[in-house]
Amino acid sequence: MLRKLMTLISIVLVATFVLTACAPAATEEPEVVEETEAVVEEEEEATEAEEVVEEEEEAEPVTIEWWHITTADEQKAVWQKLADEYMEMHPNVTIEITVLENEAFKTKLTTVMQSGTPPDIFQSWGGGTMNEYAEAGLMKDITADLDANDGEWRSTFAPGALGVFSYQGKNYGVPWDMGMVGMWYNKALFAEAGIDAPPTTWEELLTDVQTLKDAGITPIAVGAGDKWPGAFWWEYLATRIGGEDAFMAAQDRSGSFTAEPFVQAGEELARLVEMEPFQDGYLGATWGDEATVMGNGEAAMDLMGQWAPGAFKENSASGEGLGDDLGWFQFPMVEGGAGDANDAVGGGNGFGIGKDAPPEAIDFVKYLTRAESQVQCAEVGFCIPVVKGGEAGLSDPIMIQIQESFAQAEYFQLYYDQALTPALGSVVNDAIQGIFAQTMTPEETAQMIEDSAVEELE
Amino acid sequence: MAVQYQPQPAQEPKVSEGYGLTRQAKNRITIMLFLLPAIVIFTVFIIYPIFRSLYFSLFDWNGLGPATDFVGLDNFKKILTDTIFQKAVINNLLIAVLSLAVQLPISLAIAIMVGRDFPGRGFFRTIFFLPYVLSEVITAIIWLGMFNPNPDRGFINALLEIIPGLNPVTFLGDPELVLIAIFIVLSWKYFGLHMLLFMAGLQNIPHEIEEAALIDGANRWQMLTRITVPLLGGTLRTSAYLSILGSLTQFTLIWVMTKGGPVNASEVMATYMYRYGFVRFWLGYGSAVAIVMLLIDLIFSLVYRRLMERQDYLAA
Repeated sequence: MLRKLMTLISIVLVATFVLTACAPAATEEPEVVEETEAVVEEEEEATEAEEVVEEEEEAEPVTIEWWHITTADEQKAVWQKLADEYMEMHPNVTIEITVLENEAFKTKLTTVMQSGTPPDIFQSWGGGTMNEYAEAGLMKDITADLDANDGEWRSTFAPGALGVFSYQGKNYGVPWDMGMVGMWYNKALFAEAGIDAPPTTWEELLTDVQTLKDAGITPIAVGAGDKWPGAFWWEYLATRIGGEDAFMAAQDRSGSFTAEPFVQAGEELARLVEMEPFQDGYLGATWGDEATVMGNGEAAMDLMGQWAPGAFKENSASGEGLGDDLGWFQFPMVEGGAGDANDAVGGGNGFGIGKDAPPEAIDFVKYLTRAESQVQCAEVGFCIPVVKGGEAGLSDPIMIQIQESFAQAEYFQLYYDQALTPALGSVVNDAIQGIFAQTMTPEETAQMIEDSAVEELE
Repeated sequence: MAVQYQPQPAQEPKVSEGYGLTRQAKNRITIMLFLLPAIVIFTVFIIYPIFRSLYFSLFDWNGLGPATDFVGLDNFKKILTDTIFQKAVINNLLIAVLSLAVQLPISLAIAIMVGRDFPGRGFFRTIFFLPYVLSEVITAIIWLGMFNPNPDRGFINALLEIIPGLNPVTFLGDPELVLIAIFIVLSWKYFGLHMLLFMAGLQNIPHEIEEAALIDGANRWQMLTRITVPLLGGTLRTSAYLSILGSLTQFTLIWVMTKGGPVNASEVMATYMYRYGFVRFWLGYGSAVAIVMLLIDLIFSLVYRRLMERQDYLAA
C-alpha cells in the first residue's frame, strides 16, 4: 500500500513538473516588433452606439470583434476614433475592440485559432503564418470584395503590400502599414570617424566598419540573441546577391537554399562577423539591448525596420534617442549581385479577416483603409501608408525617405520568417545565429535551411 | 490487505446498524467519496492531457484543425537521433550533477552555520531563503541585468572592471559560459529551499548523540561525516530527488534568460520542446518530446524511489 502510494505521488510530482513546463512562456521572440509599450493586456469596451438614430432602415444588430496590438495611447486613440465614427454612421453595428500587447496577442491568437474561433478582424503580418491559417480554413476569402465595382477597393492599395496578404491567388486580409528594413546610423559617430557619406556598396561598408573600429567606435549594434535582428543581415545579403529569382526558385522548389547566392550571403556575413564589429555580448543580446546600445549612441549602425526610431528613443538612457543625429540609408548593394540596389526587405501590418466575419466587418475594414484614415494614422506616426493619398500624413523626413525607397523597390522581399512557414522561418533564424556565433559555416547554414525546406515546402 | 489474513470470527461478520452493509464496505464507500474530487481533478488535468499528448505525438500536426497526418513513431525516431536533443539531455544531466555536487553541499554548510545559536541568525535565515520566494521569471530578469555585458549596466561586470587585468565577460553571450551562468542563478534561487530542508533535518538529530560523540573525543569533521550526514539521510535523499527532478524539468529561467541559446548552448529538454511545439508549430513533434521527457522523468523517479525506499526502511 505504502509503495503504491509513493509511486502514485511520484507520478503526480513528475507530471506536474512536466506540465508546468508546458505552461505558456513569458516571452517569445517577436517577429515584427511594434513599439511595444510596457502595456500589459488591456481590454477596452467599445463605447456603445447609444443614440439610436431614427434612420429609415432598421438593420439587424451586428457585433464586430476586433483585436489589435497598437498599445500606445495616442495611436490607440486613432483606432478608437475611427471605430466610433463608423458606429455612429451604422447604429446597428457594435465594434468590440480588444487591445493586446504584441506577445500576448500572438499567444492568444494561436489559442483561438486552434479552437477554430478567430476574431472577425485581427492584427496580421500576412505571409506564411497567415497562409497556414488560410489553409486550415480559418480566414475569410475577401477577393470578391476587393474586386467589386471593377476593383474599386483593390486599386487603392500598393500592389506589393496587398500581395503579402494573399495566398494562392486569394486575399484574406489587407495591409495598413508597410515598411522596410534599412540601415540606421549615427551621423555624429560617422563624422567622428571621418566618414562623410554613408556606404553604397558592401565593400565600402566593410571599409567603414574598419574605419569606425580604428576610431574606437563600435560599428554595429545587433541583438543576435533574438535571432531575427541578425537574420536581417543574411536575408538582405541574399536579396542583393541572388535577387528575386534566387528566393522564388528556392521557395517554389525549382531551386534550393543551398544555391550559390545563399551560401555567398553566408560567406559575406561571415567576413563581417570576423571583423568583430558588434557590441560586447551581442550573441546574448535582445532587440531591446540592441536599441539601448544604438539609442545611447554607443554604436554607429543598426540594421532594422521602420519601427526602430521609437525603440531607440524608449530604450535610451536619456529617453531622447539620437534626435537629429539619426540617419537612414538603404542596405548597400553587393558588387556583381543579381539583385537591384533598390530591392527591399521588409514587411508591415494589416488586418486579417476571420472566417466568421459578417459583411459589416469587411465594410468597416474598408473604412479603416480609406486614404483619410491612413492620413490620420500616418500623422500620429505609427504607419507608413499603403493606400494612395495616405502619404500626405507623413511629416518625419526619415519616414518619407523610407516611404520613397519602398515605392522605388522593384522587388519586395517579405522577411523570411514571415514569407516562409512559421517552422521554416524559425529554422532560418536559428541557422543564421550559427554564423554570428561562428559555430556554423555558410554551407552548413544553407544546408540546415534547405533540410527544413524539403520538409516544409512541397 | 492485511485484513484478509485476519482470522474470521465463526459467526457472520457483524452487520452494521441499519443499512445492511458491513463496516468494511461502508468504509470503502466513505474513502471513495473523499477521494472522488481528487480523482476527477487528477484525471481531467493530468491523466487526460498525458494521453492526449501521446495521441498527438503520433501525428505530423501544426495545431490547426484536426490532426490527420498519421506518422506512427517517426517523431520519436527523429527526437532520438537529433543531435540538438541529445545536447539538451546532456545539459539537463550537467545541471543535475552540478546541483548535487555543488548546490547541495553549499546548502548543507549554510544550514549547519545558520542552525547554530548566534545573534542575527533569523536575519540570515530570511536573507538566504528570500531568493526562493521570487518567481522564476523575476529571478531571470534580475540576473539578466546582473549579467549585462556593459559594465555601466551590469553589476557583475562593473565589479570585474574594478579588478585590474580583468575584462568584462559576456556570460550569456558565450556558448562556453552560458550554462555555468545559468547554473549560478539556479543555485542562487534554490539553495534556500535545501537549506530549509536541512535545517529541519538537523533539528531532528538528538543532542545526546552529539554529546556522546564529543565525550568520546570526536572532532568537528568526524562529527559531520559520522553523525550529522548519516542521520540526515532521509532529508538528503529528498533534497537530491527534488534537485534532480527540478534540473530535468527546468524551463522558465532558461527560456527567459537565453531561450536556449546562443546556438543551443543552453538548450534543455523543456526549451527544446517549447521551441518545436510552440515556436515552430510542430505540435505533434512537441508532444512527442513531452512524452519522452515524461518517460525519462518517470523512470528516474520510480528507480530512485525504489532504491531510496529501501534505504529509508533500513534507516528506520
